[in-house]
Amino acid sequence: MARMIDQADAEYVRDLRAYILAFVIALVLTVIPFALVAWKLLSASLALVLICVCGLIQIVVHLRFFLHIGFQSHRDDLYLMLFSGVIILLLAGGTLIVMLDLGSRMM
Amino acid sequence: MNATKYKHAGLNLGTSDPGTHEQAESPLFGFWVFLMSDAVIFSLLFAIYLSMLDATAGGPSARDLFELKSAFIQTLILLTSSFTFAMASLNLKYRADEPRRLISWLAITLLLGLIFIGFEVHDLLGMAARDALPQRSGFLSAFFVLVPTHGIHVAFGCLWLIVMIIQIATLGLRSEVKTRIMRLGLFWHFLDIIWIGIFSVVYLWGLL
Repeated sequence: MARMIDQADAEYVRDLRAYILAFVIALVLTVIPFALVAWKLLSASLALVLICVCGLIQIVVHLRFFLHIGFQSHRDDLYLMLFSGVIILLLAGGTLIVMLDLGSRMM
Repeated sequence: MNATKYKHAGLNLGTSDPGTHEQAESPLFGFWVFLMSDAVIFSLLFAIYLSMLDATAGGPSARDLFELKSAFIQTLILLTSSFTFAMASLNLKYRADEPRRLISWLAITLLLGLIFIGFEVHDLLGMAARDALPQRSGFLSAFFVLVPTHGIHVAFGCLWLIVMIIQIATLGLRSEVKTRIMRLGLFWHFLDIIWIGIFSVVYLWGLL
């Protein structure tokens, strides 16, 4: 019984540390792009790329630590994410290609 | 063996409550399906917003309307609320015998959610006062669909938080209540992910 409590405590500490780590990483990845824009640290195109990179990494961090998605996740969850990703790529990507092309032809 | 396996997205109860852990798989998967469909909706709203970026029709553009400071504060509030919900999840998993602590974390999350909505409503009213309303231009229509859709999601999350706090107090932490809180957790963290897209694409790109 005592061993089980010890094990639960160890798990608790491990989960707590993971959440704190995630919060700190997310905070850094939030502050960097805001600082870039607030103080105009880089050229616009380079800042744009960094904003996207920070945003994408932060999304992965949130998925991994807060939503606990990883390769150990249930297969169905991952299949569904993959499928939704394809749908998003087709619909959102398709919309952008068609609309931006249309926009440039209307100029 | 089975109790330690990951059955669903979000924090798994595992060995700390094997009974609920066994039941949690299908309700949480169902909610995961809803979240993915929500992700498709938001991705399309983002696509519409991006294709409408230059369609200001002589009206105010992103640069004229958005405030970096307010967006930064909202981002910090929502990120912190994600962390406080994570603390609530930990208490749900490991300290289910002390529901008061769980309720406190949920209440802090609720408070942060309400402050976030307050900031957003304040910003939108400020825009309305400057005649920057959806009917002004395609750009503003797209903005007023994308950002308030997220805000309404957060508002429903707050309502859900209130309901869960009441249910913990009246029904206690039974299995159904636990899986409901776990689904709310997925919803809350998912909304923070959408907000990452909004502050990057709408506010930071707009003010670049």
